Amino acid sequence: MNGIIGVFRKEIAITFTSPIFYATGFIFLLVSGYFFYSNTAYFSLLSFQAAQNPFLSESLNLSHMVIKPFFGDISIILLLMLPLLTMRLYAEEKRSGTIELLFTYPISDASVLAGKFAATLVVLLALLAGTLPNMIILETMADLEWGIIVTGYLGVFLMGAGFIALGAFVSTLTENQIVAAVISFGALLILWAVGWAKSLVGPGLGAVLGHLALIGHLDNFTQGLIDTRSMVFYVLFIMFWLFLTHRFLNSRFWRG
Amino acid sequence: MIQVENLTKYYGLKPAIQNISLDIESGKIVGLLGPNGAGKTTILRILTCFMQPTSGRVAVDGLDCRTRSLEVRKRIGFLPETVPLYSDLRVQAFLRFAASIKGLIGGGLRRELDRVISECGLQEHRKRLIKHLSKGLKQRVGLAQALLNDPPLLILDEPTTGLDPAQIIEVRNLIRDLGGERNVLLSTHILPEVSQLCDKVIILHNGRVLKEDTPLNLAREIQQGFRTVISVDGPEDEVLRALSGLQGVIDVRASGRPGEIVVNSSSDEGVRPLMARTIVESGWGLREMRSSELSLEEVFVHLVTEETGQEGENAS
Repeated sequence: MNGIIGVFRKEIAITFTSPIFYATGFIFLLVSGYFFYSNTAYFSLLSFQAAQNPFLSESLNLSHMVIKPFFGDISIILLLMLPLLTMRLYAEEKRSGTIELLFTYPISDASVLAGKFAATLVVLLALLAGTLPNMIILETMADLEWGIIVTGYLGVFLMGAGFIALGAFVSTLTENQIVAAVISFGALLILWAVGWAKSLVGPGLGAVLGHLALIGHLDNFTQGLIDTRSMVFYVLFIMFWLFLTHRFLNSRFWRG
Repeated sequence: MIQVENLTKYYGLKPAIQNISLDIESGKIVGLLGPNGAGKTTILRILTCFMQPTSGRVAVDGLDCRTRSLEVRKRIGFLPETVPLYSDLRVQAFLRFAASIKGLIGGGLRRELDRVISECGLQEHRKRLIKHLSKGLKQRVGLAQALLNDPPLLILDEPTTGLDPAQIIEVRNLIRDLGGERNVLLSTHILPEVSQLCDKVIILHNGRVLKEDTPLNLAREIQQGFRTVISVDGPEDEVLRALSGLQGVIDVRASGRPGEIVVNSSSDEGVRPLMARTIVESGWGLREMRSSELSLEEVFVHLVTEETGQEGENAS
């Protein structure tokens, strides 16, 4: 446990001194803020038109037209940004040789991984917390459904944790951070969009692909649902990649 | 303390070390001596559980490095060859990280930090970023992290390379002080270093152990006598002839540099004044006279030729 906390603190210290974090954080907040603004502005435009058109006004819903798409936007930006935060997890240690310290200190691979994963989760939380002011400002002008916002954040957090787990695994494969970022970005994009092929293949495989797609499970959360299936999917997704990471690191004991 | 049996490690198809067996008892400073590429780093990396051997067995304190890696790692403080450190951390933060990974907490951690920081002379550099430190200071930070939690075995991979002469002396003194209470295993390609520091030397060449002995015995065996380098102003042929006739001189040859002559003699004290007198009385100018040690290359040439010679004898 000591070791996990030690690794965690080290990772946090390095992350918050690195320009990568500040650059990605800045761009993340800028782009997500822009999306939020444009969603809200479009909604207010429609609201003005609805003043003359009573049929339109019935279909207007702040949660569906601003909040739900906003979480979709966030997840896309995270897909672009999180590989940049996970690429260094192991690749940097390999390149700089500090992996030699990490592998010869009396600490298990699992503890190192736990510390690194937890630290990156905190970074993800910090990024997501940065988007909260959008909601709070909107709340001063409109009546928000906070239930949907909470489940939406939970969904985006779980999905982001999945991105991080996959990114951590890819980072163990190479000592080049760019390669790690590119591979995890590509893998995430494919897993993100794998559901699009649903209608092209047979119904059996189509259903499987539909369930594998990362984005489909987020929809439940952004509708205000905490669906056990989606919850389990994300948790299993995280565990799967963490498990692979651990096995791959551990393989140095028998690869010889 | 360390048992190594039939250790072999291949990188691809190329063997880095082959069938190495060692038994290092505790309470000593042991040096692994060899040229670059001899397999020193490979052995140390296997001992510290960083790598696994292709075949063979390694045990520290009776604990197998493959199956009980964590327990072995608890007993070892390791300074890798390139001294990898987290350059974005401050000295104190890095050492705190290393200490907490080694299982220290609270007051114990603080005491241990203070101890290694003062032992390695880093008091004034606690708050500095590691990337701003000089090579010598980085080396000290590397040593400090190895010393944390007082491991019974220190493994240092080329602890003095890349340092300036003053720093080298400093680090050597530090290692000698440390060696008093601990076991130290260090690798080096500098011959005088082992004779100054080590109680025992293991000479490696091309992934094999050539020799295992105390530095004194090795020097005696290899050198077989004393060697003096003399610079003389005078006709070389005559000087050579005059010197070779002296008592105690084994052989005399020109070194290749103008006016420089190398003399091997059976004793040290008696022969040098005699040589000096001979040169001066003959009216030649004596510019310089110094004793010379065998270089590492010469030691290897000696050991390697000796080995092949023995093999030849065995074959016939």
